[in-house]
Amino acid sequence: MATKTSTATDAATPGMPQLDFSTFGNQIFWLVVTLVVIYLILSRVALPRIAAVLAERSGTISNDVAAAEDLKAKAIAAEEAYNQALTDARAEAAKIVAMTKADMKAELDAAIAKADAEISQKAAESEKVINDIRASALESVEEVAKSTALALVSALGGKEDTDAVDVAVSTEIKG
Amino acid sequence: MASEVQSEGGGLVFQPMDQFVVKPLFGDGSIQWYTVTNVTLWMALAVVAIVVILVLGTARRAMVPSRSQSIGELAYGFIYKMVEDVAGKDAVGYFPYIMTLFMFIVCANFLGLIPMSFTTTSHIAVTAVMAMAVFLSVTLLGFVKNGMSFLSLFWISSAPLALRPILALIEVISYFVRPVSHSIRLAGNMMAGHAVIKVFAAFAGVAVIAPLSVLAITAIYALEILVSFIQAYVFAILTCVYLKDALHPHH
Repeated sequence: MATKTSTATDAATPGMPQLDFSTFGNQIFWLVVTLVVIYLILSRVALPRIAAVLAERSGTISNDVAAAEDLKAKAIAAEEAYNQALTDARAEAAKIVAMTKADMKAELDAAIAKADAEISQKAAESEKVINDIRASALESVEEVAKSTALALVSALGGKEDTDAVDVAVSTEIKG
Repeated sequence: MASEVQSEGGGLVFQPMDQFVVKPLFGDGSIQWYTVTNVTLWMALAVVAIVVILVLGTARRAMVPSRSQSIGELAYGFIYKMVEDVAGKDAVGYFPYIMTLFMFIVCANFLGLIPMSFTTTSHIAVTAVMAMAVFLSVTLLGFVKNGMSFLSLFWISSAPLALRPILALIEVISYFVRPVSHSIRLAGNMMAGHAVIKVFAAFAGVAVIAPLSVLAITAIYALEILVSFIQAYVFAILTCVYLKDALHPHH
């Protein structure tokens, strides 16, 4: 094979086939054909397709990112709404507690007032009874004193002068 | 290819450049411009590789990319961002051309790493055509977009007036050297690496050195993988830089 090829390269320098000018036309022709074919394939098919794929992908990615940001904003809004609802509920609860407290206080006050009234009424009644008892007790004392005095007078040998004794005793007690 | 057979036969035969020989795929005739050669085969395979990566890999248009689709999208994004960053936002219209160059070079470089393969980008004829195409179209574009003010690229107004003619001369020379460096950089890198691997492969014929040789081939192969990508990247980014000069010639 070396002998075969050497016939082709003999014309130029035998050392370097690159400088064998007899093959230049052939190489240049096929190079031009190749480059034109590659250019047509790339510009007609390959490059538009890859460009479309890349554009579509970057579009999808930016859409997804936008959607994600949307969802994030929604989540933040939902959290805010939740917090708002929580605050409202707390305020409502506090209001109800205060209202209940006020109601209970009013009822309690009413009950206490009623109880106080009842107690003072009872106290007045009791006082009246006590006064009655005291009065009756005083009367009894007068009677006992009168009868005792009468008995004493008679025992001492005096005349049983009822009226005088009565008057005397009454005067003594009152005095 | 032939050298391995011979080195097994006996003695050390170094024919590291045999792998770069252009020969007809069918038959044994002379090479006309239309002859189907190994150049045709490996360029066609590069086209197939590009179709697999960028067309079949992305055929499902999945929202969540599969591995093959990721590779296609990665290549697209890589070059697109490079064009945008280096050449400017108004240069994205030229993105398909730069993508074509990059994908062809990167696929041809990596296909060339397959043992027994033919590396189309190691030929100065191939890289020179691409570099000249870039050079001519960028120069034309510069004049079409900016008219004669494109020449202000060579007239550095921020330099002292006395220095400007000298700088202009240097700028013009460097401008015209661009396609040369652009093409030889790629072809030279590809050729050198492959030739070195071939030399080490020839050494593997001697049993004593063979383990060392295999190790060296492995190491250089790893380096070549890096170089294959980096050279394609460098070619593409330099094209972007030239494009930027054409669109915005004012320093």
